[in-house]
Amino acid sequence: MTMKLPRLSPKWAPYVFISPFLLLFVVFGIFPLCFSLYLAFQSWEPTGGLKAMEYVGLANFTFALKDAWFWKALKNTLWLAIASGVPQHLAALPLAAFIHTSFKRLRDGVIAVYFLPYITSTVAIAIMFNALFSQDYGMINAALAQLFGMEHIDWLHDVAHVKPAIAFIVFWRYVGFNTVLYLAAMQTIPGELYEAATLDGASRWRQFFHITLPGIKPMIFFGVTLSVIGGLQLFEEPFILTGGKGGLQQSAMTSAVYLFREAFDFNDFGGASAMSWLLFVVVALLTWLTNLAFRTRKGKQ
Amino acid sequence: MTFSDDFMRGVRTFAPSRRAVLAAGLAAAVAPAVRAKEARTLTVAAFPLVDQIVKDAIPQWQQRHPDVAINVVMRQYDDHHTAMTTALSTAVYLPDVMALEASYVGKFSDGGGLSDLLQPRYDIGRYRDRYVAYAYDQAINHKGQVVAAPTDIGPGTMLYRKDLLDRAGLVESDLQPSWDAYVDAGIKIKKATGANLIGNVKTLKDLMIRGGLHKGQGIYFDADSNVLVNSPRFQRAFELALRVRRNQLEGRLETWSNEWAEAFRRGATATELGGSWMVGQLANWVAPKTAGLWRAAQLPETTWVSYGGTYYAIPRDSDPQKKALAWELIEMMTLDPSRQLAALKTQDAFPALLAAQDAPMLEEPQPFLGGQRARVLWREAARHITATAVHKQAKFAEDAVNAELDSVLDDGKDIRTALADAASLLELRARR
Repeated sequence: MTMKLPRLSPKWAPYVFISPFLLLFVVFGIFPLCFSLYLAFQSWEPTGGLKAMEYVGLANFTFALKDAWFWKALKNTLWLAIASGVPQHLAALPLAAFIHTSFKRLRDGVIAVYFLPYITSTVAIAIMFNALFSQDYGMINAALAQLFGMEHIDWLHDVAHVKPAIAFIVFWRYVGFNTVLYLAAMQTIPGELYEAATLDGASRWRQFFHITLPGIKPMIFFGVTLSVIGGLQLFEEPFILTGGKGGLQQSAMTSAVYLFREAFDFNDFGGASAMSWLLFVVVALLTWLTNLAFRTRKGKQ
Repeated sequence: MTFSDDFMRGVRTFAPSRRAVLAAGLAAAVAPAVRAKEARTLTVAAFPLVDQIVKDAIPQWQQRHPDVAINVVMRQYDDHHTAMTTALSTAVYLPDVMALEASYVGKFSDGGGLSDLLQPRYDIGRYRDRYVAYAYDQAINHKGQVVAAPTDIGPGTMLYRKDLLDRAGLVESDLQPSWDAYVDAGIKIKKATGANLIGNVKTLKDLMIRGGLHKGQGIYFDADSNVLVNSPRFQRAFELALRVRRNQLEGRLETWSNEWAEAFRRGATATELGGSWMVGQLANWVAPKTAGLWRAAQLPETTWVSYGGTYYAIPRDSDPQKKALAWELIEMMTLDPSRQLAALKTQDAFPALLAAQDAPMLEEPQPFLGGQRARVLWREAARHITATAVHKQAKFAEDAVNAELDSVLDDGKDIRTALADAASLLELRARR
């Protein structure tokens, strides 16, 4: 027995081909988004099942805004975003310029080495740094003691040191990614500009400031925007390094870690959803400010 | 088998077509639900050690029900409870029997996601007198429903290194009269042996704030959600913790960390406070080589507290056809003295069943404790402990109080201010 299949009209083919993505996007992208927006206005005891929801208006938002830990987490997040984000770009820019001008044949290999942390699993990174930062047996303390005679620091359990330690890891992880971005942008700058500048007697520094930097400005905007968004959503590194708790006195509890805990540790999904939307407002605001900062400078030139 | 027979026949008849491929996807999605009913498997979700206790019971279960297999799904402690929260909230992939740690029973009890075991089909009420009173009471929610059956309990106990006490010229009774006496003894131990009184001072605070509660009162909130943190009970615990820190009597070690365990191995920690199950942890992996050096005693100031314990529950929305079997398994695990004693023997799970507590095994000497008959102490403690109400926000409260204690110990924050700050954090949430 054979079966005759109805032929699919070519008109539908594109939709069929794109459907796997769309399906996944709806399930893992759109649905959670809408669900969390809905939840932000509900009080929900999750173990009671979906029927246990109760509309509470803006109560979750007013609670979040009054909650001292919400502000504490936001402060931690901003601190980490700045301490890890700014050095990333300050290091990536000269590094990219250096690789761009000094490496020819080895370039791809060098880039790959810098890019490696970015594609390594966060869990592996966290385990490795856990060992490196260990108070008694860690290499970082051993090195500091050797070089500067410093006393051993309890990096991951000490209120004053856990944030810098995490900022360093985030910096280490993303500096290669930004370098790749800037390298890609530098490769699009026509070589003639540099040749002409060299003929005119411009030093390498002047070339960097007057050709390279303006040439890659759109990419800097892109990179900084990614850092702002990524920095404000920082979750994995602090989560794993502090055992999912956010560190002593919540010193490394970022907003993302806090709202995860609010939902899954403290069973308050409504409050956590409201916080996540408040965080979204902060992210949107800062992204807009970044945009503004880059635009005004462009206008001046 | 993933596909139903009818479907497999279909595939063989038709040439593989686009439609068949689509159907295969659908069948794969539907199959688990169909399969579960046919094969009669009882799914038990558990965390480490409890999973082993259930697995050990499978031979006995198979004698009664050769046709019903038991599938134990084990996840790590935190993952298990997160998975159970998710399963209860969506009513998808619910196990037939759910193991829950005591604090989670309180957390889940008022949500309505767990079956009320007082219903006639279970009728746990008729067994009430057979369980340790506080363990049973602990599973009663605000509506008076009983949402879980206790299987093992953690009566609070104090463990101490007899050799270190000897060297300091102290005896057990020097530690016991009051919490202050315990700390005084710690100063002498430190002077004589260099060992710390305790690995982490938070443990001391945790036991002190659990002491002296009235029946049905919570640690952090009363029955009407009033915050109890700004009270003499917490004040005293904080003061004593500060005294321990100032006299450098604590290891400042994260509980369960490698350093914390290492300190036990090296004899750098002289005492530990916790549930009776701590003996099993020390003996099995933390510091097995210190066997014979430890002794157990009742907590200072005759503090009767419960510290951990395990329950079995039946989700409200699990497969209704298997609820009777699920309850039968729970009855076997919690009411059969031989199962309770097997768990005590292999995993040091102290029985919640009174009949098991009266077994001769409880009077056997424990080699790790130098031949002491310590289980008799825990049996006595278990009968003094009263149930503690667990508030919805208890977990947050614990974190908030710990954070304030850290700022008192590390940054010299005033205790009154710290407790007032913790209280205001909790008040914002108390009635959420």
